[in-house]
Amino acid sequence: MNHEIVEKNLGLMIVLVIVAISFGALVEIVPLFFTKEVTEPVAGLKPLNALQLEGRDIYIREGCNVCHTQMIRPFRAETERYGHYSLAGESVYEHPFLWGSKRTGPDLARVGGRYSDDWHRAHLYNPRNVVPESKMPAYPWLFTTNVDHKITPKRMEALRSVGVPYTDDDIAGASDAVKGKTEIEALVAYLQQLGTVLKSKR
Amino acid sequence: MTSFWSAWISVIILGSIFGCWWLLFATRKSQTTDSETENTMGHAFDGIEEYDNPLPKWWFYMFISTIVFALGYLAAYPGLGSYKGFLGWTSHNQWEREVESAEAKFGPLFKELAAKPITELAKDEKALKIGQRLFANNCAVCHGSSAKGAIGFPNLTDNDWLYGGTPEKIKETILGGRNGGMPAKGLNPAMSNSELNDVVNYVLSFSGRAEDQEAAKRGGEMFATACAACHGADAKGNQDIGAPNLTDNTWLYGGTPSRIKQTIEYGRAGVMPSHQALLGEEKVHILASYVYSLSHK
Repeated sequence: MNHEIVEKNLGLMIVLVIVAISFGALVEIVPLFFTKEVTEPVAGLKPLNALQLEGRDIYIREGCNVCHTQMIRPFRAETERYGHYSLAGESVYEHPFLWGSKRTGPDLARVGGRYSDDWHRAHLYNPRNVVPESKMPAYPWLFTTNVDHKITPKRMEALRSVGVPYTDDDIAGASDAVKGKTEIEALVAYLQQLGTVLKSKR
Repeated sequence: MTSFWSAWISVIILGSIFGCWWLLFATRKSQTTDSETENTMGHAFDGIEEYDNPLPKWWFYMFISTIVFALGYLAAYPGLGSYKGFLGWTSHNQWEREVESAEAKFGPLFKELAAKPITELAKDEKALKIGQRLFANNCAVCHGSSAKGAIGFPNLTDNDWLYGGTPEKIKETILGGRNGGMPAKGLNPAMSNSELNDVVNYVLSFSGRAEDQEAAKRGGEMFATACAACHGADAKGNQDIGAPNLTDNTWLYGGTPSRIKQTIEYGRAGVMPSHQALLGEEKVHILASYVYSLSHK
């Protein structure tokens, strides 16, 4: 009656359950922590500057990643439309990553430089001003709200503590760099750098 | 991947597969019959007991077949650490094969079309169909799906061009992009508000809409010093630098007095991104023919 031993010793059962479900993680996840392609940045990758970083937080706050992925998969249909497929090394400074899992809108992994700043502003103010078919919500408040410059250095410190190489100078200058900037400026600055590190788009 | 992690992955995967195998046989008991017995697990709750029967045969062999499938899969595809699988498949080379086969299929077509002059392609139905698709994917976001533009994004159907409407110029614009740069208050940053209103009246007078003829006259003098360098003394613009013609009553940023005033007061910096890296020259050539056709029906 081996059943009985496991079923009547809860502690043992918990341990065995954890062992049973850990195999997947041990094989699929743990080795990635020690794999160069995943842990080392691609050549030329820099941490976001203060304004772009604030833009990234607005991107998260407004839930852009709920409808827009930032992950171009290695299929021709995707690389034709969006550019070179995404590499793990492009995301090493991303905490948390914003790959997303659902495309209601298009992928944004390489949207940087694709459209002009003016277009992004017009589009975010009211998407239907430039794309009449669009069902994306409008974000007019971004134009009237300023970025909270006091919190920027803290964001950078938090990211530094998980391995993003911000220098002391970066953090010291962060507040002044975003002071008086509107949220739309920050968000557009963030969008315009997306995916631009990898130069060979095709 | 280091050999340690390769071994780590292989050992755990193969270990769990053989673990499943062992578990299946260890619990098999008497697999000689499918018939149910009266043996129970020996416990009862609220009078409910559990039979202790072997797995049905079909179920047992299904488990066996999943194990066989797993081993076959791991032999064919990369799953065991650094072992690449005898098919040599990677997501990268799958993508390369897709791109190659598309290149083999569409490459000659693009090459053939790209060798013809744009004016000829603008009448070629096949080229226009491709161009229309390219336009919808890459241009419609700013210029609109009907190519009629929006405020700040030029209408491409009216044969009114900022940087020139010859086939060569259109192609040059798409390939390299354009950076418009109208400085605030033109060349006279010291322009006062009333001088600004004068210039607005002068600009409106080209389309016969000046609200104040006197002001328009004063504005003309200011125009000559602050605006004429780019827009020309006759205000007909200069396509070499993308300075619009102000006399044709076509307005990129709106033609109402307040819009015109805003344009002069704060300047404009329209940007058309470069599409050389995104599309390549052959596709841009076809796209240019589509854009050319929009105003040359």
